[in-house]
Amino acid sequence: MMPQKSTKDVVLTAVWGDNPVFRQILGICSALAVTNLVLNTLVMGLAVVFTTALSGFTVSLLRKWTPRVIRMMIEVLIIAFYVILFDQTLKAYWPEMSRNLGPYVGLIITNCIIMGRAEAFANANPPLLSFVDGLFSGLGYALVLLAVAVIRELLGMGSLLGIPMPLFSSALWDRWIIMVMPPGAFFTLAIIVWLARTIQVDKDIKKQGGK
Amino acid sequence: MTPGNHMLHLLVILFASIFTDNILLARFLGMCSFLSVSRQVKTAVGLGFAVVFVMTFTTALDWFAYRHVLQPYGIEYFRFILFIIIIAAFVQFIEMAIERYSPALYQNLGIFLPLITVNCAILGASLFMVIRDYNLIEGVVFGFGSGAGWMLAIVTMAGIREKLNNARIPRGLQGPGITLIIAGLMALAFIGFTGVLSGQ
Repeated sequence: MMPQKSTKDVVLTAVWGDNPVFRQILGICSALAVTNLVLNTLVMGLAVVFTTALSGFTVSLLRKWTPRVIRMMIEVLIIAFYVILFDQTLKAYWPEMSRNLGPYVGLIITNCIIMGRAEAFANANPPLLSFVDGLFSGLGYALVLLAVAVIRELLGMGSLLGIPMPLFSSALWDRWIIMVMPPGAFFTLAIIVWLARTIQVDKDIKKQGGK
Repeated sequence: MTPGNHMLHLLVILFASIFTDNILLARFLGMCSFLSVSRQVKTAVGLGFAVVFVMTFTTALDWFAYRHVLQPYGIEYFRFILFIIIIAAFVQFIEMAIERYSPALYQNLGIFLPLITVNCAILGASLFMVIRDYNLIEGVVFGFGSGAGWMLAIVTMAGIREKLNNARIPRGLQGPGITLIIAGLMALAFIGFTGVLSGQ
């Protein structure tokens, strides 16, 4: 068996090294759909963190009793359980937000990130470490979502969390309505992916040069 | 509603799901396979057909499951699990049927079918159908239109990406970066269709 990874390693790889969005380009469906407003994104991010962390924990807890052939099915059911929990809670206590997010909370089930972490990590690691891995994979994802949302809401609506921002809501700033529409999501994410990859490419080149 | 109005209503749903409210470019569903399987037109067409086919039938099946199983018992919150099981079972069944009866078609389409189960556009189409309270016919038209819209988007993208092989793209932008930018431009173009709907 592989040596156990330290918690710090797990956190760093989860948030930057293997960041689901810009390193692996996984699970960006919802990344794009809910990022027109920062508030929606916060709730969505919370839902993803909640699901990745707890499903990682549960999958890992049950890993010794799960027959290998049906493990995918079990993983899906565990993930669906937490998603339903979140979806129902949201519907009960914050119906307005539940309507805003539409089907995207439910679609967390088919978000490849969560399944990916369950398959790649929780299956082979102890529960607590899987919880940490899930927590920070979810956070890494939520952070990118948040970055996209801040850019889109600020440029498109001139506000953050619905609060008008000084320069951007004044007459000096022509609101870029396109940013809160679908194309804005593609452009913003493309630029973030571009930046992150360029930084990483430079790093890789330096590493090779140093050898 | 008069029959004529009804047809028009269905046409609007069809047009919207293909163009103005494209499930990929306006709703961002099915992005994972859109980014990874859009390198060649041939494979994009294969996957596209598979999506149209599966989506049309799963929206119908999911509609029955929702109206006649979940709603009568008041357990709508089980729809996520039930829909996924239905989709997975349908795909599995179709795969076996095609393999048995048409090996040639299986050669072309078979490899794409497993990919479909994890395509969030399929589940998304069913969830949108439930949220918008479509009846069976509207739901099937919507499912077919969404599939056709998805196919249109991925085939167009594959065509553009084949040309991109000859272009010089900055290193960090290669792959997903440039694909996202093109998708953005396509989304922009598709928004242009909105005028057609509001004009009539």
